[in-house]
Amino acid sequence: MPWQPGEAVPPTAFDPDVTFFTEEERAFVTAAVDRLIPADDYPSASELGVVDFIDHQLAGAYGRGDIYYMKGPFRDGLPTQGYQAQAPALLYRQAIADIRAGLARNDLADFTELEPEEQDRLLMGLSEGEDELEHTDAKTFFDTLWQNTLEGYFGDPVHGGNRDMEAWKMIGFPGARYDYRPWINHGGNPVKLEPVSVGGRMVP
Amino acid sequence: MSRILPEREVVIVGFGWTGAIMAEQLTEAGMDVLALERGVWRDTSTDYAVNNAQDEVRYRYRDELFEDLSRETLTFRNTSDQQALPMRMLGSFLPGTNVGGSGVHWNGQTWRFLPSDFQARSHNVERYGEDAIQDDMTIQDWGVTYDELEPHYDYFEKICGISGKAGNLNGEIQDGGNPFEGWRSSEYPNPPMEMVAAPLKFRDAARELGYNPFPGPSANMSQGYTNPLGVQLAPCTYCGFCEKYACGNYSKATATTTILPALMRRENFTLRTGAMVLRVEKDSSNSRATGVTYLNTEGEEFFQPAQMVILAGYITHNVNLLMQSGIGEIYNPETGEGQVGRNYAYQIMSGASVFYDDDFAVNPFVGAGALGQVIDEFNGDNFDHTGLGFIGGGYIAQWQTNGRPIESHPVPEGTPKFGAGWKKAVRESYNHTVGVGAHGAVMSFRGNYLDLDPTYTDAYGRPLMRLTFDFKQNDIRMSNYLTGKVAEIANAMGGREVSVSPVKTPYDIAPYQTTHNTGGHIMGDNPGNSVTNKYNQSWDLPNLFLTGAGNFPQNPGYNPTGTVAALAYHSAKAIREQYLRNPGPLVQA
Amino acid sequence: MRQVIGAIILSGCAGAAWAQSDANTWSTLQRGLYLTRVGDCAACHSVEGEEPYAGGLGLPTPFGTIYAANITPDNATGLGEWSQDEFYDAMTEGVRPDGKRLYPAFPYTHFTHVTREDSDAIFTYLNTLDPVRNDVESPEIPFPLNVRTAMRGWNMLFFDEGKLEPVEDKSEAWNRGRYLAEGLAHCGACHTPRNMLGAEKGGNAAYTGGVIEGWFAPSLRGGPGGEGLADWSEEDLAEFLRHGRNGRSAAFGPMAEVVEKSTRYLSDEDLEAIVAYFKDLPFGEVDGEAAEPVAEDDPAMTAGAEIYATQCSACHGPEGEGVAGQFAPIAGSSLAQSSDPTTVVRMILEGARAVPTEKYPTAQAMPAYHWKLSDEEVAQVATYVRNAFGNAAPAVSAGTVADLR
Repeated sequence: MPWQPGEAVPPTAFDPDVTFFTEEERAFVTAAVDRLIPADDYPSASELGVVDFIDHQLAGAYGRGDIYYMKGPFRDGLPTQGYQAQAPALLYRQAIADIRAGLARNDLADFTELEPEEQDRLLMGLSEGEDELEHTDAKTFFDTLWQNTLEGYFGDPVHGGNRDMEAWKMIGFPGARYDYRPWINHGGNPVKLEPVSVGGRMVP
Repeated sequence: MSRILPEREVVIVGFGWTGAIMAEQLTEAGMDVLALERGVWRDTSTDYAVNNAQDEVRYRYRDELFEDLSRETLTFRNTSDQQALPMRMLGSFLPGTNVGGSGVHWNGQTWRFLPSDFQARSHNVERYGEDAIQDDMTIQDWGVTYDELEPHYDYFEKICGISGKAGNLNGEIQDGGNPFEGWRSSEYPNPPMEMVAAPLKFRDAARELGYNPFPGPSANMSQGYTNPLGVQLAPCTYCGFCEKYACGNYSKATATTTILPALMRRENFTLRTGAMVLRVEKDSSNSRATGVTYLNTEGEEFFQPAQMVILAGYITHNVNLLMQSGIGEIYNPETGEGQVGRNYAYQIMSGASVFYDDDFAVNPFVGAGALGQVIDEFNGDNFDHTGLGFIGGGYIAQWQTNGRPIESHPVPEGTPKFGAGWKKAVRESYNHTVGVGAHGAVMSFRGNYLDLDPTYTDAYGRPLMRLTFDFKQNDIRMSNYLTGKVAEIANAMGGREVSVSPVKTPYDIAPYQTTHNTGGHIMGDNPGNSVTNKYNQSWDLPNLFLTGAGNFPQNPGYNPTGTVAALAYHSAKAIREQYLRNPGPLVQA
Repeated sequence: MRQVIGAIILSGCAGAAWAQSDANTWSTLQRGLYLTRVGDCAACHSVEGEEPYAGGLGLPTPFGTIYAANITPDNATGLGEWSQDEFYDAMTEGVRPDGKRLYPAFPYTHFTHVTREDSDAIFTYLNTLDPVRNDVESPEIPFPLNVRTAMRGWNMLFFDEGKLEPVEDKSEAWNRGRYLAEGLAHCGACHTPRNMLGAEKGGNAAYTGGVIEGWFAPSLRGGPGGEGLADWSEEDLAEFLRHGRNGRSAAFGPMAEVVEKSTRYLSDEDLEAIVAYFKDLPFGEVDGEAAEPVAEDDPAMTAGAEIYATQCSACHGPEGEGVAGQFAPIAGSSLAQSSDPTTVVRMILEGARAVPTEKYPTAQAMPAYHWKLSDEEVAQVATYVRNAFGNAAPAVSAGTVADLR
């Protein structure tokens, strides 16, 4: 069984310089994720780095769909047939362009300029699959955006989101700990522990 | 042109749980064994150590331990009249890749099936009449009995160091265990895990309602353990990263933590990683397997001759290899002819969430994959099905598996989908919600099967396998019946409110449900109803054996790993004691 | 047919004649193989993945790198042309057949105690290996030590040539243990501190621990409350040498290799003898006062406690108790508390793996933390494990960690 001293496979560190979005796309996603998880007593999605997280993810293997089946033909699937869009980066690009073009065609303000209630209605429409997009599937885009937002908000900060582990502090998740034996018999009393990141000193 | 390699006595394709079991058993008998694994070598302290394993984004959501669909996947549709489309991303189930296979990222819930599960057809017909077998239901007896498998269940539990409490020791019902289980020749090798608060809530409510709750049998160690191979496992630390993750501190039984340390030392064993097997080769008379053809990571093709071939991949890959190699006839649901791909089945899941006020903290992160309390009153034929309109059942459990927040952030009914209301509900519910689940059987039906897709191909140019599957009436009725019992217990657990989640139909391949796919190369008592005999030996090619849940003729109401392993040991024993003396069919057709 | 049978019988006779003429060869060979293992010759004279005993492994010494010799019977590059006498001289005097002096990285200072009979058995065994042509590089030693004659002076100062006289009031086992440990097994090469010129210190300093390949080889001295083997029973030590681990620790780093290639092969009698010898060593020399534990409220200790709870306790236990036979306890660990923190720091940075053996096939490994913890954090958690759970040892500085990284 092979083994070498010092051998390790640490998480790939977040790199804010490796990004995918154009300025307009970034503005769109910032506005959207802050409606999905807005600020209250706790930070909004973008305040915790969710946009940076998604931007970086889309620039890499995830965005390219390296380990997904990306051969054609691409067809509209039934609701039970799962993801049938192009790779995630392209899905974002197509969907954002379609939404922005659709708003402009109807002489409406850009998504980033809409009232919060209007933004919510638009997002809800996408999520229900009510609004059709020209080049891709609206619900697939919403589901992907929502999933990526959750990943950025609640994921380990080593990936660029969940800054200062604020989302974990909000719910009381102690993060990348590995030993809760002293608390097995908590008896329904809250276990309050400072969260820790899997990245140790790699956290920016 | 493939390069031809020196012949080996046994070649095993796929190196997960059953590949390791077969290799260990056959090398112990002195056979020369080569295992081919498409993935890479990986081990605890380097690839998923205590200092990097707890990473939801990396492991769960970027699939680090799961298979690469860009190489091969399957297409899916619910019914034969639909156009199947490729499973482009993993969702409903998560097969693994690399050394250790899917077993690296399991929860560790380690069950035996009920004795009557192995006589699914004859038992139900005897008790409820022919009408119990509804139209298009294609369930059948296994050809192997519980009594035949018992020693192998027992050995596997000792290899793993399962933590649990016996409910039936040699026919004597034991307090605190599962009174419905089949007889056991010995107690579990380790005591049950120490319970946290949530499963105790379930236990108390279930007792109150007159049920017999017991601790779930767990491959997470309740204490340090040394198995019969001398391999050691450490106590579980309740970190809550089991299913979809690998264990960082040697406390979850996997092939890597229970068998490989002993197996890898043996000189008559070789492991070759980065070997993608494309097909099993046969002799000109179609009567024997001659070896396998595989690609290495550079894309060079090799022919590996072998006296015996064992397919030990995940069920989808085992079935696919049969189809790509032209071994046996592919099932046709119209005519009912052909056995390869027949009787695909799955698991049917439903549940309820109990929401508590601030006075009860769940601390869901203090958990483990198989830490929980279970009742078995509604599994298999443990209850009278007369008049219920279905057969089969499942267990009901409170497993306190995790508090990983991307995946697990329950909210009460009526909570907005997103936005401020959602965020507030998450904050209020995260530490105050307990889930109760029903884990149900899926019978086999004419319309649920695997064959080859006419449109889509994999990275090697082969047609993708096509899955046609939906939940059928028998199973939906069963699941809804169980969900009613789940709600009954959930309501008795003293929470503020309960929200119930019945099974969603039609079957949707996107949301994760469970990696319990079964069937497609099923076992049986004659070549007219199965791909393998009771020893999981191919009826077509007697020197070809197939391991795994693909052998299940239908899927009972328990997690499959215990039975998958017991079948492998049963098969290995037949090879050692019968086949080696007289290499040929172990059961005459 | 008869002819064929005759031929077979004839060849059978020939074989018997050969066997008879060398009646002792087989047992000598077996003995040679055994002693070669006791001496762990393979550790230095083999390169992983290459032909065994063909030499070429670079041995870093304080003065430069020395390359271990090819000891296969190759005429041009190995021992092929050597006589039994020449081999014995090299073993016991550190002199090659051409008269050149060997550097003491080759432990002739220990092998000088080896009997002629044992030396001959080793030589006989080595001569049965397949000859491998491998011209080993010359050592990279700076002037003046690169002049091999300089070793003459070194030898005058530090080399006590000769055999060990049995100590009469000690048991036969003790004397046997001493013969093996001081001689062929050369335990002191790692476990005894060296002076400025690379010679092992004598007297009460022997076996008080040394630094080897950047690891700290712990003290083997007895005595309650001391370092090293102080609290180990005879059974602990025997189990460790035979199977690579016991309830207290597991062999890792260079000692893992020693167990794998050498001590696990020791006969029961020799194992017992070595244990008897070491358990009888006088108490270690304590350098001044026993260490005072670093205060619990020291900032390094509070930070270290948090790092320990999140990174270490899963295996080593919330109370530093470890898991018997699997994960080493920190509480009371002589290794954690050793005066030289090299090993503790290196283990945190690089990880370590327990040697897998027949009895304990699981090679539990500690993961590497170099990617995760800063010098400061490694120093904090190292200081913590040296001073928590009743332990006491000097604090570790970030600078020490930086030097070892």
